[in-house]
Amino acid sequence: MNKRIQQNVMIKGTKDGFMLHLDDSCSFSELLKELEVKLSANYQFQENDPSISVKVHTGNRYLDEKQEEMIKEVIHKKKKLFVDEMISNVLTKDEANRWKDENQVTTVTKVIRSGQVFEVPGDLLLIGDVNPDGTVRAGGSIYVMGQLRGIAHAGYKGNNEAIIAASVMKPAQLRIAGQVNLSPDEYTKWGHDLECAFMDEEENIIIDKLQVLKKYRPNLNRLEGGL
Amino acid sequence: MGEAIVITSGKGGVGKTTTSANLGTSLALLGKKVCLIDTDIGLRNLDVIMGLENRIIYDLVDVVEGRCKIHQALIKDKHFEDLLYLLPAPQNSDKSAVNEEQMRKLISDLKPDYDYILIDCPAGIEQGFRNAIAGADKAIIVTTAERPAVRDADRIIGLLEKEEQIEPPQLIINRIRGHLLHEDEEMDIDGVTDFLKIDLIGVIPDDDQVIVAANKKEPIAYNPDNRVSLAYRNIARRILGESVPLSPIGGEPKGFMSKLKKFFSVR
Repeated sequence: MNKRIQQNVMIKGTKDGFMLHLDDSCSFSELLKELEVKLSANYQFQENDPSISVKVHTGNRYLDEKQEEMIKEVIHKKKKLFVDEMISNVLTKDEANRWKDENQVTTVTKVIRSGQVFEVPGDLLLIGDVNPDGTVRAGGSIYVMGQLRGIAHAGYKGNNEAIIAASVMKPAQLRIAGQVNLSPDEYTKWGHDLECAFMDEEENIIIDKLQVLKKYRPNLNRLEGGL
Repeated sequence: MGEAIVITSGKGGVGKTTTSANLGTSLALLGKKVCLIDTDIGLRNLDVIMGLENRIIYDLVDVVEGRCKIHQALIKDKHFEDLLYLLPAPQNSDKSAVNEEQMRKLISDLKPDYDYILIDCPAGIEQGFRNAIAGADKAIIVTTAERPAVRDADRIIGLLEKEEQIEPPQLIINRIRGHLLHEDEEMDIDGVTDFLKIDLIGVIPDDDQVIVAANKKEPIAYNPDNRVSLAYRNIARRILGESVPLSPIGGEPKGFMSKLKKFFSVR
């Protein structure tokens, strides 16, 4: 019987290199073996050929870091190949949760008081004040519906796109990613209404009226359609 | 079953002990049975303000360590038949002589016999503070209208909000000086309540008579004609659940009175 052998590794050319499709139903060791065979059977590279980037798509198979390393190693043995990206359809639960946390807005009704530090992985919508000596910290942007009189640190994991907006802006410090902006001394007694802070291309923190956000951070608009 | 109220402030010297003594006296004057507990171990004051310091035999630590029965350590205030008692703090121990568990037990033992248990908290946020709030059901924050005191009150409120058994704290603003309010030199009452965002239960004017009364070993609340006394008695009535409007704070200059009256009438 002439049974067609199931191919576990498929090579496809794209315009920026080629992509290795790895089957997700065979065992990992089988896959590794076949990958090795497939790559060695191919064309012998010349000394002065340019390096070729390879994308690896693992389908519905989840690879841990060690397994990813093993696949990369096999591909790197071919001197002219380097792995550009590993693509997979699956995420671990942890990764998925982190991704979800980092992309959601956490809404809290609370006054952040002196000595308290409030931290969220994603965006923060605070319905309440941040009092002096209180700190709010967010992986994304910070929106305060109240008086911001303490410290706000947006994008603290290094997100330069993050912004800080407050109904009443009278902060002790504004921080975005790695930059710190100390409050000017000339704030009026009651602070400024409806202001926002964001980072420009030179990594300076700019504080301005809310309406400029539309220009500098158009991506903040999540509403599609409508008006 | 009584209610335990802790009186605290964070910052020292804003009038916790004076407030405890006067609220206790005012509640007793309204016919409630009150026990005052001084938790400022090592730096007791409440006994002095109450004028009871010569009658201390046993103290808080003696009670929690079982060296005496609770009723042996409690000092009865002779102004009343059987309404006002004080449990003094020892002067020769430190704050770590008592732990939170012991305080909780002590207060639950006292609750059946009293309407109100007022706990006078030491300054700071260390063990003494933890002990004082351990058995409390309610909290009253005392602050003056100065930025450092308000900042510390803010910190204390934050710490109290983490304690689930304690109801949201209420605020007393102490030692309001009318003339400074007028000159805009002090944070005003609205400024403080706007900052702290908790319910205001009373405002106490600044008055030299409070010091005179303390030296006479008798809380000011016994004097029916004094405005501070009146303010404390009003707070006591608010604690009992009556709705008493805030009375105007008198102060120089004269024209200010009418202005303030107007200010309070719109509240």
